Amino acid sequence: MNTKSDKIQQPRYINPYFGGILLGLLLLATFFIAGRGLSATGAVKLSVTKVVETVAPAHAESNPYYSMFLPEDGGSIMFNWLVFGAIGTLFGGMLSGVIFGRMKKFRVEHSPKISARTRLIAAGAGGILFGVGSQFGRGCSSGAALSGTAAFSFGGLLVMALMFGVGYVFAYFFRKLWI
Amino acid sequence: MGPLIPQEIITGQWDFVIALLIGASFGFILEASGFSSSRNIAGVFYGYNFVVLRVFFTAMIVAMVGLMYFSYFGWIDINLVFVLPTYLNSMLLGGFIMGLGFVIGGFCPGTSYTAVAIGKIDGIFFAVGTFIGIFIFAEAFPLFENFYTANDLGPITIGEMFGVSNDIVAFVFTIIAIVAFYVTWLIEKRVRKNMTEYKFE
Repeated sequence: MNTKSDKIQQPRYINPYFGGILLGLLLLATFFIAGRGLSATGAVKLSVTKVVETVAPAHAESNPYYSMFLPEDGGSIMFNWLVFGAIGTLFGGMLSGVIFGRMKKFRVEHSPKISARTRLIAAGAGGILFGVGSQFGRGCSSGAALSGTAAFSFGGLLVMALMFGVGYVFAYFFRKLWI
Repeated sequence: MGPLIPQEIITGQWDFVIALLIGASFGFILEASGFSSSRNIAGVFYGYNFVVLRVFFTAMIVAMVGLMYFSYFGWIDINLVFVLPTYLNSMLLGGFIMGLGFVIGGFCPGTSYTAVAIGKIDGIFFAVGTFIGIFIFAEAFPLFENFYTANDLGPITIGEMFGVSNDIVAFVFTIIAIVAFYVTWLIEKRVRKNMTEYKFE
């Protein structure tokens, strides 16, 4: 299997330890500049609030969760640090994809043992779980597990340990999706 | 000196430019490290690719040790750095649910954006799922509002929890990370020998 052509087709990734050092320095710089770490789900939370507020403003105000994120001064929900950060993440990903030649036409990546349809259902289900979980966890892998733990938050450590631990516990049941 | 924005050394008008630049760097590093591929990420659970562990733990100890150095040299007032508060019950459940989401979906929200960025439809499904998940959570929120804030320990640090200084915590995490790097390297070599379906892309 491991013929020469396979090797040529392998995508070029940066060394993971080098990537980790870059990410750690970025996180440190973010702490230094903003006093808090990186976030990914915060922007989605605000987007959900924005959509609900647009469609049903009275409902958004009466819901105890959405109402936490409605700006008191009547400003825009989306004009927020978290939203700009997420837009940046998308562009940064694109830039890397273009530079390393991974930006291609739309496709589904999946194990040869499952269909594209199965992969899409699993991806959607995983996303829903992450959406729910990140709200209970006060952040996702970026906000709670990485940034939280790096700033020595005990809660961040809990989320990180649970996230990876539960992944390992249930990995056996979902192995067909991957191997 | 730092953190700059909480002390208003950088004024509000630059906030969004900085957020955009930090976000772009974040996305670039995630994609360049291989996190736009769910099969790379899920490898951490099956032993065929530990890139997640390598990047994640390296980043964590660099930031931890960096914060300690910055604080030691007086470059940052560590008391102004946000410590995520701990809500015991809610965060345990949240971590549990995200663990399930991780092994089923193969992304986390940040990595799914980079997958979307390079044209992966599974990334789009994951990101849309996150949106739906948060919507479900918010709509059902009145049902478990008390649970959400139960056992509030406040912004407690790992050091405070275990009665040691955070310097020691950073040191212990560094040792754990180095051991984990070595052990997972051994595991990965062994698992890859027996795998044919996965081309390590």
